[in-house]
Amino acid sequence: MKENKSLLKRFRENRLFWPLVALALILLADAIFAPGFFKIGILDGHLYGNLVDVFNNSAPLMLVAIGMTLVIATGGVDLSVGAVIAISAAMGAVLINPALGNRLISNEILTKDATNTPLGLIVLADLAAGTLCGLWNGFLVSRGKIQPMVATLILMVAGRGIAQLITNGQIMTIYYTPYFFFGNGFILGIPVAIYIVAFVYLIAWVLVRKTSIGLFIEAVGTNAKSTYYSGISEKNIKLFVYVFCGFCAAIAGLILSSYVHSADGNNNGLNYELDAILAVVIGGTLMRGGRFSLLSSVVGALIIWTFTITMYTFGVPANALLAGRAVLVLVVIILYSDYARRFMNRVFERKGSQHGTAN
Amino acid sequence: MTNPNDSLLIMKGISITFPGVNALQNVDFSLNRGEIHALMGENGAGKSTLIKILTGVEHPDSGSIEIDGKLVQVRSPQHSQEIGISTVYQDINLCTNISVAENIMLGHEPHRFGSIDQRKMNGFARHALSKLDIDIDVTQPLGNYSVAIQQMVAIARSLEIASAKILILDEPTSSLDVNEANQLFNVMRKLKGEGIGIIFITHFLDQVYQVSDRITVLRNGMLVGTFSTASLPRIELIAKMLGRTITELDQVSKAKVSGEKVDTQECMLEAEGLGRTGSLDGFDLKLHANEVVGIAGLLGSGRTEMANLLFGIDTPDKGSLKLKSKRVDRFSPLQSIENGIALCPEDRKDEGIVGDLTIRENIILALQARLGWFKFLSLQKQSEIAQQYIDLLGIATPSAEQLVKNLSGGNQQKVILARWLATNPQILILDEPTRGIDVGAKAEIQKLVLKLAEEGISCLFISSELEEVLRISHRVAVMRDHKKVAEYPGDVDDQTIIQTMAGNL
Repeated sequence: MKENKSLLKRFRENRLFWPLVALALILLADAIFAPGFFKIGILDGHLYGNLVDVFNNSAPLMLVAIGMTLVIATGGVDLSVGAVIAISAAMGAVLINPALGNRLISNEILTKDATNTPLGLIVLADLAAGTLCGLWNGFLVSRGKIQPMVATLILMVAGRGIAQLITNGQIMTIYYTPYFFFGNGFILGIPVAIYIVAFVYLIAWVLVRKTSIGLFIEAVGTNAKSTYYSGISEKNIKLFVYVFCGFCAAIAGLILSSYVHSADGNNNGLNYELDAILAVVIGGTLMRGGRFSLLSSVVGALIIWTFTITMYTFGVPANALLAGRAVLVLVVIILYSDYARRFMNRVFERKGSQHGTAN
Repeated sequence: MTNPNDSLLIMKGISITFPGVNALQNVDFSLNRGEIHALMGENGAGKSTLIKILTGVEHPDSGSIEIDGKLVQVRSPQHSQEIGISTVYQDINLCTNISVAENIMLGHEPHRFGSIDQRKMNGFARHALSKLDIDIDVTQPLGNYSVAIQQMVAIARSLEIASAKILILDEPTSSLDVNEANQLFNVMRKLKGEGIGIIFITHFLDQVYQVSDRITVLRNGMLVGTFSTASLPRIELIAKMLGRTITELDQVSKAKVSGEKVDTQECMLEAEGLGRTGSLDGFDLKLHANEVVGIAGLLGSGRTEMANLLFGIDTPDKGSLKLKSKRVDRFSPLQSIENGIALCPEDRKDEGIVGDLTIRENIILALQARLGWFKFLSLQKQSEIAQQYIDLLGIATPSAEQLVKNLSGGNQQKVILARWLATNPQILILDEPTRGIDVGAKAEIQKLVLKLAEEGISCLFISSELEEVLRISHRVAVMRDHKKVAEYPGDVDDQTIIQTMAGNL
């Protein structure tokens, strides 16, 4: 075993290698077929352009993917994140102008650019709602010993109902401008959502890499029994990841409802659970749990949205988009298969050995 | 016996290299018709690699394989079966929830009118088993039978379906008791009489001498030699496997702390009527400082249940447990770690190692569990601890960042020991710490246990190998039928223990 592997080899063995290759391929396609994709301009003092859209649009997915990564690393899955996004969005919309009981409020009140609840409290309520959902999932999985897929399926189905109960079955439009800051605001020309992602990523990174939680998560995901025998509370680790995932989904809900100016129990965060799982898988974290990489999952989310916006740029109609995504999924799965890996390894190894003999 | 005309399999000059792993260099191996050939060597000597080459899992860089005088290249595991090579592994690859007959005939069921002909299938299966002198109800689910029977079923399947000429038995006896192993040996002898060549891999020396005709010894990927069993004394075999004269085991006996040194005043652990309904009857047990207490008993006699109760994996529902005369009321692994107890569990793969994590992470796991979520050891500190135990226990690895699953069994066991020693325990419970590991590592672990006892730790040593228990224990407790039935001083003779285990005393 050589201690100092070549830089190329070290990079190739890194978890980020394949996701970055995939991203580079999509961007290459853009560079060839739609050079305008990379144009970034400044409008009204902030950046605009396709690349900025990619980042702005993928922010909620990145957040959910961060939470989902931890859940998947313990060997679980959280199907309820889409529903939690809807609950969080509904919470925000309702609190802006709460209609106590069933009291009818005039349109004039509903549509005015004002709120009866302080913004801080609204944000707090959003996050609390999502975290509570995570707590529910976590209890079902860790204490109730229900399989994660089944346990979170409950909230996936019920959550959208809860969101509609909160908004009284209405699609609520939001007119309160300060609320739009999270989804549409800019700080120093860069979308606020990106700052939020960076902040949450930093929290998550510190939690998993600067405390022992990350090690415990990977241990639980690899071999829960050994981990229990080593004195680690597998239950509390599982509870933690679902709570954190709920928290991330709640922030995503806040950004999404702020971005679209409305709360719609049926459509907010639709299919986000599947996209988030896809992002994590693209990032190379295995569904059976164990080793994980937060950054790779974030890149995974970025890939999904770069692909989506690329499709739009190419003029692919929205209703054909899902078919396009199916191709993306297929390519990813083939790339990640053992067969493809062995093939790539052989190609690289051969080059490496030729290189070695040349020296 | 070594008549070359009788050769069934000849492997010549087999070499293979893997990065960082002991591979094979120019290894020859041959197997005759009607021969039981033991393949011996320490963990990592290259036994499994040789088998993998023979079964087509790995492809050699050079060398040739001849079967029945014909040169072959084994392309894949499937191909190896087609040319008559069958393997029965330690972990049986059969389905326990379907019937014996279905297991034997799986994929080759006889059909009638488009559906499976149950009667015919059962008949075939019975016939296949009767060749091995086994008469059982083949319509019962496989899981209803003992592991030994399951193994015979696997053998029957490989003979019947694959019509194997070469049978590889990889550690077949490691989970069998003496009677079951004997049953297996009878089957092996019968097959031998029919001209089948058997490659037998095991760590049990007794068994090698019991059944094998020849022994091939590998060491560090190289061939030490092939010997006729009758002409190779046991001590020489061990010396050849280790590559040195064997003084280790003698040293162990000498290192045993004399009984007087055990301080009977200081009681580290005291169980009174501790038990759990349905798993273990109430038992009394005392552990003193500097003392090694051995637990003898057959598989399933309640040994592991005792360890699990003491460590808090299971919660007792009767009796009491005192540690240094302080009563324990909360039972959980974490609580036990905080109380200074450590448990090396019986099932290394399932309950011990965390395969995808590195050696470093595996070693600090229990220590970190005690420190909690937020007192995270710095990477540097982790590496220091890991390196300290790698050196102390002689874990063979290129670095602490190697994944634990890539280590050999003995080294994995050392990593788990390191995990517990890092928590600085006062009471160490070892459940089968030497199972499935080679003689050298075994002696090292025994020595280590005695050294720890000398330093003041009290140790509960559970093992199926009576010899080992007697060699290092100051007292021996015997388990039978989920009960602690007797306790003897350490100089008791093995006959007494065996009689007690069997229920004759």
